[in-house]
Amino acid sequence: MSDLAIPVGGQAHTHASHHPKHLQHHFHNSAQQFEASKIGMWLFLVTEILLFSGLFLAYFILQTRHPQAFIEAHHHLDRSLGVLNTIVLLVSSFTMVMAVQSSALNRIKPALVYLYATFILGGVFMCVKYIEYSHKIHDGLLLGNLFSYKGASVPGEYLFFSMYFVMTGIHGIHILVGMGVIAYLIWRTHQGMYSSAYYTPIDLTGLYWHLVDMIWIFLFPLLYLVS
Amino acid sequence: MAEVLTQRTPAAVHQPEGNFLTENTGLLNWMFTVDHKRIGLMYFWTIMTMFFVGGVLALVLRTELLTPKTTIVSAEVYNQLFTLHGVIMTFLVLVPVIPATLGNFVLPMMLGAKDVAFPRLNLLSYYLYVFGALLAVGAIIGGGLDTGWTFYTPYSSTISGGVSIMTMGAFVLGFSSILTGVNFIATIHRLRAPGLSWYNMPLFVWGMYATAVIQVLATPVIGITMVLLLMERLFQVGIFDASLGGDPVLFQHFFWFYSHPVVYIMILPGMACISEVIPTFSHKPIFGYKAVAWSSVGIAVVSFFVWGHHMFVSGQSEFAGAIFSFLTFVVAIPSGVKVWNWLATMYRGSISLGAPMLYAIAFLLLFGIGGLTGLFLATVAVDVHLHDTYFIVAHFHYVMMGGTLIAFFAGLHYWWPKMYGRMYNEFWAAMGCLLVFLGFNGTFIPQFIVGSRGMPRRYYNYLDQFQFLHVASTIGSYVLAIGLVTMAAALIVPLFRKRYDAPNNPWGAASLEWTVSSPPPTHNFHHVPVVTHGPYDFKAARRLEQMESHS
Repeated sequence: MSDLAIPVGGQAHTHASHHPKHLQHHFHNSAQQFEASKIGMWLFLVTEILLFSGLFLAYFILQTRHPQAFIEAHHHLDRSLGVLNTIVLLVSSFTMVMAVQSSALNRIKPALVYLYATFILGGVFMCVKYIEYSHKIHDGLLLGNLFSYKGASVPGEYLFFSMYFVMTGIHGIHILVGMGVIAYLIWRTHQGMYSSAYYTPIDLTGLYWHLVDMIWIFLFPLLYLVS
Repeated sequence: MAEVLTQRTPAAVHQPEGNFLTENTGLLNWMFTVDHKRIGLMYFWTIMTMFFVGGVLALVLRTELLTPKTTIVSAEVYNQLFTLHGVIMTFLVLVPVIPATLGNFVLPMMLGAKDVAFPRLNLLSYYLYVFGALLAVGAIIGGGLDTGWTFYTPYSSTISGGVSIMTMGAFVLGFSSILTGVNFIATIHRLRAPGLSWYNMPLFVWGMYATAVIQVLATPVIGITMVLLLMERLFQVGIFDASLGGDPVLFQHFFWFYSHPVVYIMILPGMACISEVIPTFSHKPIFGYKAVAWSSVGIAVVSFFVWGHHMFVSGQSEFAGAIFSFLTFVVAIPSGVKVWNWLATMYRGSISLGAPMLYAIAFLLLFGIGGLTGLFLATVAVDVHLHDTYFIVAHFHYVMMGGTLIAFFAGLHYWWPKMYGRMYNEFWAAMGCLLVFLGFNGTFIPQFIVGSRGMPRRYYNYLDQFQFLHVASTIGSYVLAIGLVTMAAALIVPLFRKRYDAPNNPWGAASLEWTVSSPPPTHNFHHVPVVTHGPYDFKAARRLEQMESHS
């Protein structure tokens, strides 16, 4: 019976006593709680992937119906800013994984530095996005009925910008949520909540952050490199 | 199923007096509880309130259809009423009814756990449900909505009224459903008691697992669909509107990619209840445990590949139609496996006809009709004739009400003593079941006939020749309503008894929730239970019970 995750009935499992602070009452030990949380997070990520799959499908349908409009419209995007943001997010993925690794090794100081770095890189991404968005807004290259750009040569260019704003907008919201969670982690780390014995929130936020990065890796070629 | 008779709990510990109903009472303690049993009961009463509202709407609709012209409401109101009826019954009743109430209540106990894996998310799921319900119902009452529960574009993206708020409501409700699904999967994977291998789990748990998988995989798609519909309404982004360069059929694909699997989110939990009731009341282990368990998973998998059968006449290619038709027939196989296994379980069993079993037998008959008429509709050529007629209405009511809700009633009577510690009134419960069964068939058999003769669904006026069948259907619906009231009285009136009169294990069942007191203590188990026999090994369970009562 030694392979069981749970101690067997007779070995007294009493409430409250000798439970670590982070361990919720309905779990038997930290490992069980960690694994359950991890399953929960992966399932949540699956729902995120399916959410974005709907957007990707809508993109492909519209692009197939209006190939010329999509090619023409994507020239309005600034490729170099797109590349910059891709690099920013890739580096932030690296700092995030280092934060997880450091906390696993109980190096809390470096973990904190990496969390700050990830937060700042997320902020840089949003600033670049802000610059891009304000150019588009200035030119009237907007979604749906807000599209007012006069120099469009192919009908249906606004469909590209509909997809551009919906997709990057929803992705941007995910970055903002991620930054909020990382800010919370920084606060809790300062309080000394995490150690190699318990760093589940950092680990799970890392998974989320990588997924959001990965979605951008798909968005970038779809929107900036249409051919 | 080794019968290693080890001790289950140290016998020296006596159970304290309190239970989850009586400890920490008071409104705030209930509102902020993370106890899965209390959340299950909160869900139960909320959903039953919605069910009552949806039911009253159905009676108004049926009364309106007594005459071919105007009877009691105007045509516009009629359109809004059937939309409200559909939205309430699908999104607010059928989707959460079994997982969020019975599932929340018994699933952790069946696993020998103290709670679900994420109790706070569980409570959040409840409040999201309430918030989503307020948005959805408010949208229709405040802004008016007559799209039907399917919200097809471009009508839904161009009309004024409550569509935007309704889409937000559907989005929020989706979140609630996803949280339940995530919670159940993590719980089943990680919180099983020692000795509770996958093949030792009650089949109810297998059904909940398959349901949860669909909830997690399908619901996000309706989420993004609702976001896109909202964008379409706010900014005319053009994705679903042909006049703007988009594709309205894309909306139907998105919608049914969720909304067909959601049918299995509704029926799999129903089948899960039936798989518990039939072996227990036949006093015989389930026939073909593994087949029943895996057929749940099979239904879940195939459910993702049949959505196109809603779109045979929507401009889908004939080739796609043929493929979807074939795949829809495939769903009948795991469903058939289940039905035959249940019948084989009853064969030569020692059947006792308690109310749960009466409902289970009603389920077999009604779900049989519902499932088989589904095959008519899966056949492309027949469907072209029957599409959008009352035949469809009758078919999905046989599956949804005759399947899911009747199975829910079976489960409700089955676990009622565990939930409240009091037995329901057996005579009136049986009368309620009889009236529900007769009333239900009285309502929907005429609709099969009127539909096959060409009466379209959702119509306000109809030809005089259909009046007889419509009157018959309306009378049936009144009988059904009386049956439901009888059932509710048989369940609720005994709750006013002061004393708990339900034994721990009134049915002689063998799964873990029956080893604790009725109603259960707040933390379910005083010690981690060790599972030593299968979930339908009634003899071993009885032997263990006797050992414990002697010690």
